[in-house]
This record gives sequence, structure tokens and C-alpha cells, in this order.
Amino acid sequence: MKVANKKVTAVRLVEDALKKAHEFEDYNIFTFIDDAGALKKACEIDRRIAAGEEVGRLAGVPYALKDNFLTPAGETTASAHILQGFNSPITATAVAKLEAEGAIMIGRTNLDAFAHGSSTENSYFGPTLNAYDKSRVAGGSSGGSAVAVALDIVEFATGTDTGGSIRQPASFNGVYGFKPTYGCISRYGVVAMASSTDCIGFFTKSPDDMDLLMSIASGKDSKDLTTLDDYYGLSTGHATASSPTSPTDSVGVPQAASPVDVHRIGVVKEFDNESVDAEIRKALESKCKLLKSKGYEIVELDMPALKYALAAYYIIVPAEVASNLSRYDGVRYGFRSENSKDLNGLYENTREEGFMPENKRRIMIGNFVLSSGFYDAYFLKAAKVRTLIIKEYEKAFETCDFILTPVAPNPAFKLGEKVNDPVAMYLEDLMSVSLNLAGVPGLAIPAGKTAKGLPIGLQIVGPRRSDKSLIEFAKILEDEE
Amino acid sequence: MSVDMESIQHLASLSNFSISEKQTESLEKDLSEILKYISQLDKVDVSEVEPTYQVFEMENVWRDDEILEQEATREELLALTKEQKDNQIKVPKVL
Repeated sequence: MKVANKKVTAVRLVEDALKKAHEFEDYNIFTFIDDAGALKKACEIDRRIAAGEEVGRLAGVPYALKDNFLTPAGETTASAHILQGFNSPITATAVAKLEAEGAIMIGRTNLDAFAHGSSTENSYFGPTLNAYDKSRVAGGSSGGSAVAVALDIVEFATGTDTGGSIRQPASFNGVYGFKPTYGCISRYGVVAMASSTDCIGFFTKSPDDMDLLMSIASGKDSKDLTTLDDYYGLSTGHATASSPTSPTDSVGVPQAASPVDVHRIGVVKEFDNESVDAEIRKALESKCKLLKSKGYEIVELDMPALKYALAAYYIIVPAEVASNLSRYDGVRYGFRSENSKDLNGLYENTREEGFMPENKRRIMIGNFVLSSGFYDAYFLKAAKVRTLIIKEYEKAFETCDFILTPVAPNPAFKLGEKVNDPVAMYLEDLMSVSLNLAGVPGLAIPAGKTAKGLPIGLQIVGPRRSDKSLIEFAKILEDEE
Repeated sequence: MSVDMESIQHLASLSNFSISEKQTESLEKDLSEILKYISQLDKVDVSEVEPTYQVFEMENVWRDDEILEQEATREELLALTKEQKDNQIKVPKVL
């Protein structure tokens, strides 16, 4: 990516990005564009370069921030009415790390409210349009971030992935989208959705950029006790002994070797049927051929438990959503409904007016699966199915190094096509959610286009903590255009 | 598994929503379909399986009991609320 130096100024890079951001306003990518703030930071970087001072590895690089990361720059809304007016006094750890290296946030990007959705249509600010076809969805929930990178407005954008929210929009817009191993990047200062599956990640135009961003953003954070210690060290074999308090890989998923040692790539039998678009299956086939020609062995995997991943996900995640979203009550921050007679009325009216319909559905399903009489049949059962899914990945990685699958069952669909049919929308996540339940990393990579010119995405799945070698392996699969 | 109007109202009250009758109808339809979908787990045998609630089975993570530096001040946090009086957040009557 282009970094500011003595020849290219940060002001120039930022001005270009801001100009494009305004040019593409009709795509509804941004919830906030920080013209003044971004230019001020760019001037400071240029001053430091001119003075011969140290600047970071991302000096002057413009980026877009999904609007569920807290920073004092603009309101953090999570594209939900209930957070409007919320000016965060704190900064998310991931943002602080990027900015310490000189990256400059030019704007906040649109998402499905609270990241609930797979199309960015469930935003209080309206849908973001697909970068390749304005009559189609951007994917979601990180739709704005994916389109900002696809339209080349910014070099990279942040995202969050709870069940596919980075990978699916990346695949719909032909960019790279990475969901790391659970715990790689601190969740501190990011609006919580489902704490046991939420992951922070990025959209980029190349595996190299992804590698750089991961090396900057990952690592232990005392403000998020689920973070792994320097995971990059672990995956490259330069690990120091982990501290006694560090999380251990309890199920003993074997670690992938470095890319030179990658020999066998798995494909999942259960995903090779009519529920997946024919053109996407063809793209997978052609990547497998490419791998074979380069000497890799393709292994067919039986993973029958994966077909229950989506049902388990839509029990576990709503349960965690119901809990995490109980904090929004109109009292301490954000939107507050007017004219409530008493405190209970204030809670009820604020939540009624402030949440989008999909937020309400998930909160109610969550409270249902957790309520007495249903807990064992739904939540506990789903938690056990989650164990089966983890074991299935464990078994798969005994016979292959990485797995290659489609990201979504179809390319970008039409606006309005699924938004009123919650189950149809959930099926978008069919092949992405199992990674979040198992905590394993997945990188969405561009894999050509359909006959209509829509991008196709595939995902490379690896064992936990294989993130770095997984990103390196992606270079082998880069589209030749 | 389907849900009726009464259970929708109950779930709405558990969730702290006041929902209209019209909303109740569409929620009844949507939630019933979602429940039908997730009920396919009935078919899975998990009798010998332990549940997973978090992927890295972490034990308690301890730290010293001391006041850490905070990013936001009391004033900054109070400024986020819609109404305040005498350094307190003001809300409608409780009872």
C-alpha cells in the first residue's frame, strides 16, 4: 500500500481518498466523513516526515472504520438509531494501534445495525450498494467497509466478523477479507455483538497488506482478557513461553506448518451441491486445478456436523446478543425516547424506537432460548453441537493443512430480495458461521467473476493460530488478471 | 415449534420492548420460522458431548486489585447522558 514519504505527502493521499469518498456518495458507504480531522492528521505526518522524525509503518495511509469501533472522531452509531448522539470518549485498542503507526481514518462505514445482518440493508441509514452493481447488496454486516476498499477509496478498512460479516461482503465486492483466530485482535472498544464469536479483522486489496495489518493490530491487551499473546510469534514458530494466564488451545487443534510445508488442501463434500451457486462451485474447482498443477494434493472431507452449524449459531449468537444489547436503555448515552411516564416506560420506548426489526428478532430469540423450560433444549444443545463442530475441524486438520470452501452460497443478491425473510437471510451464512463457532481463522479471497460480472469469493480455512501461514498461502491463489 | 401472540408479548416484556399489535403479528410469523429452522438440532445426538461456551477454555484471569488508569473521566461520561442534574443522571420517576 502507498505510504507517505518525502515524495508523496500524507495530505495528498488523504485528499485523494476524501475526494473519492464524496464522489461515491450515492453508494451510501459512509455514516460520517471526517474531512477536517483527517487532513489535520495528514499535515502532522507530513511535518514529521519533513523534520526527519520517525513515522509509523502506515504513515499517511487513509483507511475506513466500520462504525462499530469507538473513537472520539464522530459519533459511534453501529448504524443504529439507539446509539445516535453517542460521542465516545474512549478509543478502541485496534484503532489506537493503527493510528500509532500513522494510519488516518477518513470516515466511518455503514453496517447492518449492531452488525445483525448479511446485506447492510438493516442499517438505520439505509443500504450500502454493491461496488459492481448498484441494484445489488454490498453484503454484510461490514458492507460499507468492503465497498470502500473495492471502489479504491481507501487502502484498507476495518471490519468485525461474528458469523461471516467480513468474509461475505469481501466476497460480494471482490476484495480480501480476513477473520482471524478468535482472540487475535483486542475487542476492547468495539460494540459487542456475541462475545464468544466476535472477531476483529480487515478488508484489503492484497494478502501482503493483510499480513502487515495483522502484525500491527494483533496481540495481548489487558483490556480484553480473551486476547492471545503475540499470536504472530506463535504461528511463525518464534514463540516465547506463554504466561500461565494465557488461554490454551484446549482441544489441541494441530498447528499448520509454514506455507512451504503445506501439501494437502481439503474440500468439504457437504458444500458441493445445488444449494451453492454453480458458478461458485466452478470457481472452487478451477482453484483446485490450479493447486493440483502446483503439486498440492486435494483431499475430500466429510464434515457432516457442519450442516448443523447455522442452527447452532442462530441459537448461541442471539443468546449472547440478548445479553450484550440489554445495556442499551436510553439512560447513560445515545438516543433517549421523549415523554416516558416512568423509568420502565423510558426503557421500553427507547428500545422499541431505537432498535431495527432484526435487532428485536435476535434479542427475542435469544431471550427465548435462554428462558426457563427452553434452555436445555436450545441453548445447551447448541453449545454441545458447537463441541461437535470443533472436533470435526480438529479431525479435518489431521488429514489436510487448509480447507478451501465457498464463502457464501451465491454472489451478491438484489436489494430487497431477502430483507423481509429472516431465514433466507440467515442461509447466507451457511458456510461462514462454523469458523466462528470453532474459533478458527478464515480468509476470503477473490476468485474471478460470474458471467454477469459479479465477484466470486472463496475462503481458506486454517487451524487456530495458523493465521500468518494462511495469509501467505493465499498468495498462491491470487487471481491472475 | 411455533410461538403464539401471548408468548410474543412475554418475550417482548423479557426484552424490555413495548410492541404494537401489528408488530406482534409479524414477529409471530418471523420467530416461528426461525424456531422451526433452529429446531433441526433435535435430530443431533449429543448425549455424550460436553458443551462449549468459549473456544479457548479459559480459567479465571486474575490481576491485582488496584485502580487502573481510566481513559474517560467522570465528567466526560456524564456528558453523554441526555439529562443530568447535580452530577447525577436524571430519569423519569421510578415508581
